[in-house]
Amino acid sequence: MAQIRVEALDKSFGTFHAVKSASFTVEDGQFLCLLGPSGCGKTTTLRMIAGLELPTAGTIRLDGEDVTMNRASARDIAFVFQLFALYPHMNVRRNIGFPLKCEGIGAGERDRRVVEAARILRISHLLDRSVSGLAGGDRQRVALGRAIVRKPKCFLMDEPLGALDTEMRDAMIHELRALHDRLGATTVYVTHDQLEAMAMADRIAVMNNGVVEQVASPRDIYDRPASLFVADFIGSPPMNFLPFRGGLRTGAEAIRLGERDVAIPAAREATAESELVLGVRPEHVRFTDRGMVRGEVYGTEYLGTTQIVTVTTHYGALKARSPSSRSFRTGETVGLDFRPDTLSIFDKASGRAIRTALHEGGAHG
Amino acid sequence: MTSATTAHSVVEPSTTTRRFAGTLVVLYAIITMIPLVWIMLTAFKSPDDAISYPPKVMFKPSLEGFCNLFTTRSRQTPEFIRSLGPPQGLCDDIARSRNMVVAGPSNYVPRFVNSLIIAFGSTVLAVALGTLSAYGFSRFRVPLKDDLLFFILSTRMMPPIAVAIPIYLMYRTIGLSDTRLGMILLYTSVNVSLAVWLLKGFIDEIPREYEEAAMIDGYTRFQAFVKVVLPQATTGIAATAIFCLIFAWNEYAFAVLLTSGNAQTAPPFIPIIIGEGGQDWPAVAAGTTLFLVPIVVFTVLLRKHLLRGITFGAVRK
Repeated sequence: MAQIRVEALDKSFGTFHAVKSASFTVEDGQFLCLLGPSGCGKTTTLRMIAGLELPTAGTIRLDGEDVTMNRASARDIAFVFQLFALYPHMNVRRNIGFPLKCEGIGAGERDRRVVEAARILRISHLLDRSVSGLAGGDRQRVALGRAIVRKPKCFLMDEPLGALDTEMRDAMIHELRALHDRLGATTVYVTHDQLEAMAMADRIAVMNNGVVEQVASPRDIYDRPASLFVADFIGSPPMNFLPFRGGLRTGAEAIRLGERDVAIPAAREATAESELVLGVRPEHVRFTDRGMVRGEVYGTEYLGTTQIVTVTTHYGALKARSPSSRSFRTGETVGLDFRPDTLSIFDKASGRAIRTALHEGGAHG
Repeated sequence: MTSATTAHSVVEPSTTTRRFAGTLVVLYAIITMIPLVWIMLTAFKSPDDAISYPPKVMFKPSLEGFCNLFTTRSRQTPEFIRSLGPPQGLCDDIARSRNMVVAGPSNYVPRFVNSLIIAFGSTVLAVALGTLSAYGFSRFRVPLKDDLLFFILSTRMMPPIAVAIPIYLMYRTIGLSDTRLGMILLYTSVNVSLAVWLLKGFIDEIPREYEEAAMIDGYTRFQAFVKVVLPQATTGIAATAIFCLIFAWNEYAFAVLLTSGNAQTAPPFIPIIIGEGGQDWPAVAAGTTLFLVPIVVFTVLLRKHLLRGITFGAVRK
C-alpha cells in the first residue's frame, strides 16, 4: 500500500482545460473521494493517476516515486470502472484471474488467489458462472475481485456504484468501506454523489471546473466549506446564502445585515469594504419571533423526522430545517435567527471563505 | 399475462400480419432464387436442351457443360476419330459424339485459383488494415480525424471505372499489370475504406474500459487490442470480411482491364467461354455455378455473425 501525491496536475484536451493545477495527497491507507459535478475533472484526475491519460503538466508520485509518465501496467494500481468492464468472453474465475495471468503467475497460485478474493467478496459460488448472467451487485463484486486479487499499491474507483440501483448501492457502500479497512488499502474514489462520499471517505477533495476547491474530512467539508461552491454543492438542501456589503476587521464578532447586527465566529482576517456572503446551513436556522430576518412561509417539504421550510425573505428564499412536530401555514410570517458559531462568510467575488474562529474548531488538517 | 391480453397485444404482430409477412418473404425468396436455380439447371443440360423453346424444366441431365468448361476441344473428321483408340474418360466420350477430341485442359482452373488467391488475399489485407485503422480512429485523438475519415470514404464516391485508365497506366509502368499482387493491392485499396467505416462502428460500440482494464492489469495497448478488443469485434470483422470478399470475388471491370494471360480472375474468363465453339450456355452456367460455391461456403460459415453484424449497434443495450 502506498501514499499518492498529486502535484500541480494539469490536463488540457485541445482548448478545453479539464484539470487546473490539482494538488492533493492521499496518505497510506486513506480513503479519498474526488467529489464534484459532472465535467469537473475528477475522472480525468483519476485516469491520470491510473496512467490512462497523460497529464499536460505536473507530477504524480506513488510512494515518492515519480510515475507521471509511466505506463498504466507499470504503476501497480487497480482500477474499478463504473461499467465494471468485465470481459464478456470469460467466466467469473478467468475474469478475476486475468491480472495474475497478465503478470505470468502460474495456474496453481492463480487459482488459490482467485478463490481467496472470491471468498473475501462472498462470490465463491459464482466462480464458474458466465459474467453476462450476473446481477449488477455481483458484477461489481467480480470487478472488485479483479482489483484486489493482485494486491496492488492502491485502488482507483470511477463511480463504481453509479450503475447500481439505490438499494444495492447502500449495501455496497458499507461493503466497499469494510473491504478498504480490511485490506488497509489506499483508495481514490470518484463520485458525484455527496452521500457516498460522506459515508465512505476519510477525506474528500471537492472539484469544480478542473480546480480542487477543498481537500478535507467530510465533517470539515460540511461544517467549514472553503468556498461558495463547496458550501453550495455539499448538503441537501445546500447552504443558504445572504449577500451583504461590508468590511471585516480582524477580531470582529458581528456583521451588519440590513438593520441588525448578526453575531459571527470571530474574524481572523480583515477584508476591505466589499460584497460578502453570509452562509448558513438550514439546520442552523432557528424560528424565533425576535429573529433578525423576517419572512413568509412559502412551503414545506416533509422528510420524516424533519421538514424543510422555505421562507421568502428580503434576502431571497431561505431554507430551514425544523422538527416535523412543528406545523407551519403557508403565508405565515415568521422570524429567523442563526446559530452564530456555525456561520460562514465568503468573499463574493472570489468565492473564498473568510477565515474566522470557525476554522479553528478542531481543524482536522 | 392471459391469452386474452396477448391476442390484443400492441407490440406483438397478429397472426394475420405474420402470415402476410411470411408470404411476402417466401415470394421474395422465390423470385431471388429462380435465376440461381435456372443457372444450376442449365449447367446440367445438353447444349440443345439449354436453347430449346419453350424452355425445358424436365430434361436428361448431362455433364457436357462441365466437360466443356474444363477442357479445350478440337474438331476432327469422323475417320480420324475412329482411327483413335478408345475414349479417354467421360469427357472424351462426349466430345467424340460431337466429332471432337479433347485437346487439353481449359484455363478455368487457373482462373478460379487466381480468383481465390486475389479475393481472399485482398479480403484478409483489407480487414487487417481496416481493423487497425478503425481502432486508431475510434480510440485516439487523430488530428483532422473527421476529414481523414471523409477522405477515406470519398474514394468510394465515384465509379471505380473512372480511375481505371490511370491505374492501368500506373500498373503498366511499375510492372503490376496482370499480376496477382497488383489485383490484391487494388481490391484492398477499394475495400479498405468500407472496412474502416464498418469496423469503426463496431469498435466504437466496444467500451474502451475493457482495454483500459487490461492495460492496468499489465497488458500493453497492442496486447489489449489483440486479447480483449479483437475477440469482441469478431462479429464486425466477420461481417466486414463477407462484404469485402463479395466485392473482390465479383469484381469485373478492373479484372477485364488489368488482367489477361497471367492473373486473370474467373469473372472475365467465364463470358469468353461463349466464344469457343458456338454459344455454349451449359459451360457458362457450369462455370458460374462453381464460381458461386466459395462465397456460399464462406457466407454460410459466418452467417451467424453476418446477421448480428448487420444489426449491430442498431439498438443501444
